[in-house]
Amino acid sequence: MISTEPAVLVLEDGKRYAGRAYGARGRTLGEAVFATGMTGYQETLSDPSYAGQIVLQTAPHIGNTGTNDDDLESAKIWVAGYVVRDPSRMVSNFRATRSLDDDLVSGGIVGISGVDTRAITRHLRSLGAMRAGIFSGDDFELSDSEQLAIVRDAEDMAGRNLSKEVSTPERYTIDAVGERIGSVAVLDLGVKTSTLRYLAQRGFDVVVLPESVTTEEVVALEPSALFYSNGPGDPEASERHVQLLRDVLAEKIPYFGICFGNQLLGRALGFGTYKLPFGHRGINQPVLDKTTGRVEITSQNHGFAVDAPREGVVDSPAGFGRVEVSHLSLNDNVVEGIRCLDIDAFSVQYHPEAAAGPHDSMYLFDRFRDMVLAIDKGEPQTEIHSIIDGKNQ
Amino acid sequence: MPRREDIKSVLVIGSGPIVIGQACEFDYSGTQACRVLREEGVRVILVNSNPATIMTDPDFADATYIEPITWQVIETIIAKEKPDAILPTLGGQTALNAAIDLHKHGILEKYDVELIGASFEAINKGEDRQIFKQLVLDAGADVARSHIAHTVEEAVEFALDLGYPLVVRPSFTMGGLGSGFAYTETELRRIVGDGLHQSPTTEVLLEESILGWKEYELELMRDTADNTVVVCSIENVDPVGVHTGDSITVAPALTLTDREYQNMRNIGIDIIRAVGVDTGGCNIQFAIDPANGRVIVIEMNPRVSRSSALASKATGFPIAKIAAKLAIGYHLDEIPNDITKVTPASFEPTLDYVVVKVPRFAFEKFPAADTTLTTTMKSVGEAMAIGRNYTQALQKALRSLEKRGSSFHWEPLDASKDELLALASVPTDGRIVTVQQALRAGATAEEAFEATKIDPWFIDQIVLINEVAEAIASSENADTNMFLLAKEHGFSDAQIAALRGFGEKEVREVRHILGVRPVFKTVDTCAGEFPALTPYHYSSYDQETEVEPSERRKVVILGSGPNRIGQGVEFDYSCVHASFALSDAGFETIMINCNPETVSTDYDTSDRLYFEPLTLEDVLEVIHAESQSGELVGVVVQLGGQTALGLAKGLKAAGVPILGTTPEAIDLAEERGLFSKILDDANLLAPKNGTASDFTGAVTIAEDIGYPVLVRPSYVLGGRGMEIVYDSPSLEDYFSRMAGQGIIDPSHPLLVDRFLDDAIEIDVDALYDGHELYVGGIMEHIEEAGIHSGDSSCTLPPVTLGREVIDRVRIATLAIAQGIGVQGLLNVQFAIGQGILYVLEANPRASRTVPFVAKALGIPLAKAASRIMVGSTIAELKDEGMLPVVDGSIVPMDSPIAVKEAVLPFKRFRTKDGLIVDSLLGPEMRSTGEVMGIDRDFPRAFAKSQEAAYGGLPTSGTVFVSVSDRDKRAIVLPVLRLLELGFDILATAGTAEVLNRNGITARIVRKYSEGASTDGDEPTVVDLINRNEVDIVVNTPSGSSARADGYEIRAAAVAADKPLFTTIAQLGAAVASFEATREGFDVSSLQEYAIARAGRL
Repeated sequence: MISTEPAVLVLEDGKRYAGRAYGARGRTLGEAVFATGMTGYQETLSDPSYAGQIVLQTAPHIGNTGTNDDDLESAKIWVAGYVVRDPSRMVSNFRATRSLDDDLVSGGIVGISGVDTRAITRHLRSLGAMRAGIFSGDDFELSDSEQLAIVRDAEDMAGRNLSKEVSTPERYTIDAVGERIGSVAVLDLGVKTSTLRYLAQRGFDVVVLPESVTTEEVVALEPSALFYSNGPGDPEASERHVQLLRDVLAEKIPYFGICFGNQLLGRALGFGTYKLPFGHRGINQPVLDKTTGRVEITSQNHGFAVDAPREGVVDSPAGFGRVEVSHLSLNDNVVEGIRCLDIDAFSVQYHPEAAAGPHDSMYLFDRFRDMVLAIDKGEPQTEIHSIIDGKNQ
Repeated sequence: MPRREDIKSVLVIGSGPIVIGQACEFDYSGTQACRVLREEGVRVILVNSNPATIMTDPDFADATYIEPITWQVIETIIAKEKPDAILPTLGGQTALNAAIDLHKHGILEKYDVELIGASFEAINKGEDRQIFKQLVLDAGADVARSHIAHTVEEAVEFALDLGYPLVVRPSFTMGGLGSGFAYTETELRRIVGDGLHQSPTTEVLLEESILGWKEYELELMRDTADNTVVVCSIENVDPVGVHTGDSITVAPALTLTDREYQNMRNIGIDIIRAVGVDTGGCNIQFAIDPANGRVIVIEMNPRVSRSSALASKATGFPIAKIAAKLAIGYHLDEIPNDITKVTPASFEPTLDYVVVKVPRFAFEKFPAADTTLTTTMKSVGEAMAIGRNYTQALQKALRSLEKRGSSFHWEPLDASKDELLALASVPTDGRIVTVQQALRAGATAEEAFEATKIDPWFIDQIVLINEVAEAIASSENADTNMFLLAKEHGFSDAQIAALRGFGEKEVREVRHILGVRPVFKTVDTCAGEFPALTPYHYSSYDQETEVEPSERRKVVILGSGPNRIGQGVEFDYSCVHASFALSDAGFETIMINCNPETVSTDYDTSDRLYFEPLTLEDVLEVIHAESQSGELVGVVVQLGGQTALGLAKGLKAAGVPILGTTPEAIDLAEERGLFSKILDDANLLAPKNGTASDFTGAVTIAEDIGYPVLVRPSYVLGGRGMEIVYDSPSLEDYFSRMAGQGIIDPSHPLLVDRFLDDAIEIDVDALYDGHELYVGGIMEHIEEAGIHSGDSSCTLPPVTLGREVIDRVRIATLAIAQGIGVQGLLNVQFAIGQGILYVLEANPRASRTVPFVAKALGIPLAKAASRIMVGSTIAELKDEGMLPVVDGSIVPMDSPIAVKEAVLPFKRFRTKDGLIVDSLLGPEMRSTGEVMGIDRDFPRAFAKSQEAAYGGLPTSGTVFVSVSDRDKRAIVLPVLRLLELGFDILATAGTAEVLNRNGITARIVRKYSEGASTDGDEPTVVDLINRNEVDIVVNTPSGSSARADGYEIRAAAVAADKPLFTTIAQLGAAVASFEATREGFDVSSLQEYAIARAGRL
């Protein structure tokens, strides 16, 4: 039977949800968010973008297929805390090597189960993501007001820079798979294993750089392109990475970014970013490619978004030439991709590498590759842009 | 792309009668399609032979043709209506096959009509197994190794390569008809032989066995911009080997990692693209080897399927509706999500709950049938339940089946662990309970897995349920924690009561005192990410309820639960109509039902939908939730068949107002003694009768009133357990067979009636409001009394009853309505024999024939009944124009004749030896569905009904006749007519003698029991039927014994798909219709009939 040890989820607005202790015992603090994917809990947990967040899974049954080494998206579990309804009592999958419970305990992840996850989701949807804490073991014994005070003392996600926590301490390289076409410098702001794998599979030597890298170091690598990964935190608090990007773009190095990398491109081009009320975290998110009119079902995980004009072509306020919003969320019209028309740079807010999620957008890695090839061949700017905007496909 | 302007009219093809494998889910999809197309301003022309459907309601199309679904009839309709396009993807395999026929006969080209939804090429790619296999391989996916065979010998040859066991699948059949596993060459020969016959293209696919693999389904949709979404994943709890329609299934898939799921999703998208479905949906089935994850594509349906209906209800994403919009040109992102209103349909629903579907079987109707589940679908219906976790959903689904023993129980074990494991190793109805018992008996989860190959995760969930049961039983007190634990895992009050040795009522009282009540969550397609504006709810023992308060006057309508024989789409029709009528009258309508195939469980039908089991506990909780605001006017119980009716007393006892006829009055009709008094008071006769609760009592009564007697348990629907008994040994046999089913006991006595030979049976549907009787229709049965009314064909208006008889029927109906105190609908069955009118039974509720009456005469009985239940009078409804001024007892001479014919499922059922079960009609209902033929006279209408039900009657060839002694006189005239029409006559010796003496030349053929002559020159009739040398079989059963010959003849006829007449009355009607058939059919729409009817008034 499942544990009957008590635990409580406390939200900063004073709401309390009593449940059972899950994973490690103790206390954890973070921003409470909900994720709606029905598969891929292991990928979600090991996605560095979730650093600092207490993640609630809306799918009730979690852990059924256990965990394995192949499905990890990074070396460890990053979520600050985990909220589920019905954790599995056993593991059933031929690839599983251990249970999710094992991983949570060994990773020191405090969780809670047996709560009305839908009620919490609806609450967060109405009031927005907010600070929260999970208390179990000895910390469960703290008084309600003590627990609430602890939650309210925690750091807010807005204005928070988490890149240092998730980035690689040392540079490392992954060799291209198959025919090598060049190299890509990846700024690790919380990069996922799948992203690196897909880049290598497109023929790039992938050089993964710590977030502290300087412009000079990047330029010295003479990469075919620069890539900014996904990652946690408020893009407004990452001014150094924005400046790095501006400097590299000024060096005419092509750029591709995903998620956080989209927000930072937006800021580098001179647009603002803002915090979404409760974010987009799911693997069923429809995105419209404005050029082709096609809809792709995407994997998303972002709490911030770029504030750029949704229609038409505008000039980059930071002086990088013409820019347009290339992709929009069909659910709420949030900017999901931007593209430069006068420099070789584009990015998307969602996750073409999926993991977890549908593979509909995998073609973006091909576009990136084609763009780099065309630049190498010295194709004219117009040709390069018809690659980026998909008109050539 | 916005909607295509070049499509101004569309012909929608329905799915015809309800049969196993193709049930009312296609009424749901067709109804949605018709609604959508009309909303879009498209003129809708509909053809469907099934009058019990909601889609054939004249309000849903501009021209509704209740006509046989054949390419010839459809051509006539096309020539008349000139549609721009045909939509064949929402009417199951029937519609798809009709579309293929239209294409092959050049009709589409001739009239320049376009197929929308799926092109002929796409249909062909999806359905032709060889092409499909190549296409899957081209998409980089895998298929089971296989060969195509066109002859039995070829199949035997291929089997050497594939090894046994292997799977046989005929091409172009639905519901897996004709397919199966062959473990030996003998079995292979039999299954392939059948399969070749069932396949319109005489081909079968032989496949390597993937028995025991995990089975999955994906529901996909694609538009012309190549936008593709996966609406739902469905996991079969029963592994490969059991037809998905017979499997317990769960949504979403629960035992896949994201990698495995995305791999399957990628394959699915590649396939829908390669097949070329670009304006609709498709369903793809997969098998996954649990040992290594190898994925095999089993098959795809390039159309809306049974699983699409399930997926729509499971997710809130209305597949059929969206498919219809895609078919007329829209793209997914141009269609709003119905539930959130603000987000588009181009997304993939995500669930924060678990949905479980369980099949409903009817093996009790076919005692000889082999109950092993195979790749041929055998279930007749299904129930779905939604819970916040698997255990909750599973237990709710099992109790939704309303079948004794279908839920988990903890009574003393009646078999050992090994016996139970052995039982569980063969898939049958109720295997999941056997697994639960085996685990109780000490089997380990591994042993249960080895026996069943059910994924260990699902086995563990049963272990969990057993552990919770143990905790409930051993809990010191029935306290809040105990209740919360029990309810969290779906235990009903009845189960808790049994575990703790209390009554259900007491358990509920304690629970309510403790304040343990369910909350109601919402199916919203998005796991709470966006607000849901459509109140589609399910119960859960959780923390927050989402029922929005409403100050309106509310009416709760109880649906009819899972389809079963005797209770099907007809009752859903009535419930849906009540919802429409009461909504129009200003009430807030609240539907409770658990059948995912239906229109009633479409969230568009009622103001609020609760997808809940129809048990007293679950219904009371919904009523409690809805009573928190507004005024609950009452509950409608008389439209949902026995399911809803059975809850009336309990609801009333709990203080819930029942609308219409009171539960006491319902009792009056059901209770033999009380009903006799009503008849006595009105000077009406019933066949001599009595009631008995045991065998001795029954014999005494039977001997008193004289054999043959008709016996039946009280309070059953569909004639369950009803039989004609000719002597006391048979009566004893009957009791031994009924024993242990719990349907005969002192509180539910056996009814014993004198059986009326040679009487004509009459069915009446009427309304009564306490002042006035309104006859909906008087239906004359074509078969003699003794055949269940649901299985017998009937005609409306009657064609052989005189004015005077009709007057007597009317007066008798009024007297009964008054005597019972009906407020709403009443169905009375009469028999008239030798000029005497007998009352057989009266049911103060909606009958199966309500929709038939509505289609045949244009009288909306269910709508009117629902209004009467909330206080309107018949006079008011006439003033309003809802009811025609003249009722259905007087039908003008020039009105059309409508014939209803039943469709029987005998072909689906085999005995353990592989033989067909007996196809004899009797007082127990066995049909799954019905068709209607309507035309200007009886022969034409009858011919249409036969065409629609059985594919028509031959107009020449050989007729085999063998009748019982009592039918020998009556056989002469019809056979003479057959001879004149040019048929050859073949007869057994006894029948031939009678015919020859009457001047009819009949060739004598040997009986089956006589065997063929040693030289083989004189075969038996069964040999001739098997050799395809007989075109029509007439065989009436003789008395109680010596049925073996008859059985073999009938089984052969059914297996060879030959028209079979088991009563002389049927034969007479058929003979009359031969000439009509020869000319081909004229067609008229219900709307045209309505105009003619209005003109007559």
